[in-house]
Amino acid sequence: MSNTDFVLAVEDLTVSFDGFKAIDNLTLYVDKGELRVIIGPNGAGKTTLLDLICGRTRSSTGSIKFRNEEMTTLAEHQIVRAGIGRKFQTPSIYENLTVFKNLEVSFPRGRSVFGALRFKCTPDVKERIETVADEIGLLDDLQKEAGLLSHGQKQWLEIGMLLMQEPELLMLDEPIAGMSVRERELTAELLKRICVNRSMIVIEHDMDFVAKIAHKVTVMHQGKILAEGPMERVQADPKVIDVYLGH
Amino acid sequence: MSAADIWNIVLMQGFAGLSLFSVLLLMGLGLAIIFGQMGVINMAHGEFMTIGAYTIFLASTLVQNYAPGLMPYYFLIAIAVAFVLAFGAGWLAEWALIRHLYRRPLDTLLATWGLSLGMQQTFRSTFGPKEVSPTLPDWLMGSWAPVEGLDIPINGMFVMGLTLVVTGMIFLLLYRSRWGLRVRATVANRVMANAIGINTRKTDRMTFAIGCGIAGVAGAAFTTIGSTGPTSGSLYIVDAFLVVTFGGAASLLGTVASAFGIAQTQSITEFFLTGSMAKVLTLLTIVIILMIRPQGLFAAKVRR
Amino acid sequence: MQKLRQWLITSDLASIAILAIVILVVMPLTADIFRLNLIGKYLSYAFVAVGLVMLWGYGGILSLGQGVFFGLGGYAMAMFLKLEASDPETTKIQSTPGIPDFMDWNQLTALPTWWEPFHSLTFTIVAVMAVPAILAFIIGFAMFKRRVGGVYFAIITQAVALILTVLIIGQQGYTGGVNGMTDLKTMHGWDIRDDSSKYILYYANAILLFAAIFVCRMVQRSKAGTLLLAMRDKEDRVRFSGYDVANFRIFVFCLAAVLCGLGGAMFTLQVGFMSPSFVGIVPSIEMVIFAAVGGRMSLVGAVYGTLLVNFGKTYFSESFPQLWLFLMAALFIGVVMAFPNGLAGVWETSVKPRLLRKRVAAAAQPKSPPPPPATLPTTEAAPASPSGAGTSGNVGPATA
Repeated sequence: MSNTDFVLAVEDLTVSFDGFKAIDNLTLYVDKGELRVIIGPNGAGKTTLLDLICGRTRSSTGSIKFRNEEMTTLAEHQIVRAGIGRKFQTPSIYENLTVFKNLEVSFPRGRSVFGALRFKCTPDVKERIETVADEIGLLDDLQKEAGLLSHGQKQWLEIGMLLMQEPELLMLDEPIAGMSVRERELTAELLKRICVNRSMIVIEHDMDFVAKIAHKVTVMHQGKILAEGPMERVQADPKVIDVYLGH
Repeated sequence: MSAADIWNIVLMQGFAGLSLFSVLLLMGLGLAIIFGQMGVINMAHGEFMTIGAYTIFLASTLVQNYAPGLMPYYFLIAIAVAFVLAFGAGWLAEWALIRHLYRRPLDTLLATWGLSLGMQQTFRSTFGPKEVSPTLPDWLMGSWAPVEGLDIPINGMFVMGLTLVVTGMIFLLLYRSRWGLRVRATVANRVMANAIGINTRKTDRMTFAIGCGIAGVAGAAFTTIGSTGPTSGSLYIVDAFLVVTFGGAASLLGTVASAFGIAQTQSITEFFLTGSMAKVLTLLTIVIILMIRPQGLFAAKVRR
Repeated sequence: MQKLRQWLITSDLASIAILAIVILVVMPLTADIFRLNLIGKYLSYAFVAVGLVMLWGYGGILSLGQGVFFGLGGYAMAMFLKLEASDPETTKIQSTPGIPDFMDWNQLTALPTWWEPFHSLTFTIVAVMAVPAILAFIIGFAMFKRRVGGVYFAIITQAVALILTVLIIGQQGYTGGVNGMTDLKTMHGWDIRDDSSKYILYYANAILLFAAIFVCRMVQRSKAGTLLLAMRDKEDRVRFSGYDVANFRIFVFCLAAVLCGLGGAMFTLQVGFMSPSFVGIVPSIEMVIFAAVGGRMSLVGAVYGTLLVNFGKTYFSESFPQLWLFLMAALFIGVVMAFPNGLAGVWETSVKPRLLRKRVAAAAQPKSPPPPPATLPTTEAAPASPSGAGTSGNVGPATA
């Protein structure tokens, strides 16, 4: 099999809800170090695909291999521990904890019950938290309650929480929704920076943003892949134009 | 013992199971609407049943003292009154208490438990701590013996008939009326229901009140089987909740099926074991099944 | 002096210290032994309330069956004491001497095998904690691994409480039935009924309770405590940070169960009997209100809540029995509707800021008449942050 070269190999994946196929026989490969953007109209199954990869939804048939290991049978936390991080569409952070605590909780040590009871915030943890906070531009806000951050900062914090886990595959669901123009630019730079040594899947609607960050673009429609390739080629594809403009 | 005797015993045992089934179903129906459709845990459900039971008692006392001639007919009218009173009390409770707590299901549970304590004490202060029984019309007494050796109690048949009528009416209401449509729309998507002009607050209050009203009817029916005391209602509450959860909270059909299953299990085990052990065994079975299949018997598969 | 005052008002250790003074010094000095024994009984319920703070306040899991674990602990201890009280010498008038009296009344002729280990005190003490923990583990494992929580969990635990009560009452010969296990006298020959032992038991109970509070405080302050709060509000986020949410819930459920077991055992020792009326649904929900009145997020508050509700219950049910249930009803409804964080919440939002403001005013006055603007925001922020942190569990996140 050739799929050992890929970080993520999704093959013949199908999930149906009472007969409705949200993902229909989908195959998708993501390379090492690749930043893949998935676009598509609403209801195309983009979020469902991420849900399937991270184990939130169970597939009906098909396989998801991460670094050549089967993921479809694992529980969510095991998939995370294998190295897949997932950011939700709306910022999902612990609003009443400080930024520091938010990052500390995400540090991948002491994940068992008794490990968590014994966990100490040692200098190396602190150092890592500061590095990540610097990366996401929240170094000055470490002691701030996370609920008081602006919407854009919350999105960054959640990305930072994922970075704490040092995942090999990072999946972001609409990371710039609701952000200002300036924040979008900063986010684009952030994503480009953190894509080193890891692969990323990003769902996004904003075409300018996509053009700025994407290595490759996948267009989904009705649970299937409509087109795949570099941004310019996909944008010129008549099928894609039909789906976006024809309806 | 002849074959006919054994057949009669089987019939009577089956009938006992069926009456327990009607009792459980009557209790469960009101809850199925409130808990299943609204997700509200009403720990005072038993007390709304008691309202119905005391209504019958009051009606029988009044009729006996002032209009003995009406004795044969009062019961049916009193059942309607029981519905109205419990409905009104439910309406009030929703307005004063429940509507403030929709987003906090666990707190609703505690608040309605408080409500049930208050109602119990009100009953005790009004009717006294002793259990009371209404004087039932003659046609509800005795038993029907179609064959020698086979006795089918009439009150049991009455409860069964009433259960049938109430169940039918609820199905009609829920699936054929405007209110039912509104309730189902609200359950499916509250925000959307609001957006298309359904007054979800009003729907909630109506739903809660109807559930309580049905509890009142159930309580009224139970006066034909047993006596009524201030804490009678609380005896049934856990069984009623188990019936609804076991059936699958959002499914009325599930409630019917689970009431039937639980009643038959209990009455069959009761034939072999003591009453309390039969109860333990039945409850334990339900709890274990619920642990293995928490969504209950009938559950909808929904895309999250 | 100022510092001490500040510490007394703000530190949680200080609140534990004050509680310790109340329980270890003030109560024994002011109450006679009958009253003190009564307080000791209340304090054995406080174990349950403290457990509920962890389970319900921190874990967001409401169990309506904590009486089950309280009862299991209490019955385990009662079985040991009952066996000691049923030696062949004192029970020689029975048709089978040497077995507990209720067994004899129910025509049992030999001690059931599962009673045998309770001759050993060590076994009993282990059982007091292990039996509740094992049952909690089984229930918790089955439910939390399948992501059952909220009201379903409450209903199931309630059903368990009902099952155990019916079982105990139904199996008279093995459990003493509805009367429970009575006439408990000695523990390894030490009479638990006389005044001096009641003092000792009161202190043993109190010290155990403080040990329990410290263990819970440790859990709260560890990452596990942060995670419990986090998964109460954002379960999916915790799961997608690589934690097995169910395991943490099982842990906190077992912890609460062990505390209940300890409380039950201390109850049996101090009161001298155990009966099914402390096992069922009604006592289980009543124990929830102890924690709710004190404050579901506060360990110390839970103890005060337990004491207060029980003092109230004793006073009212003696003097105005009709009023008590109404009062209890009002408590349930009022705590839920008006004071979701109980006494501790009132202290945090109303009393503490006032005390602190007074201090700041007093400190600021002699120095410079116009108060420096720098100190004002800090005093204003003090009441805002705890109330925000405390209520956000109930109010959903404001962001869309």
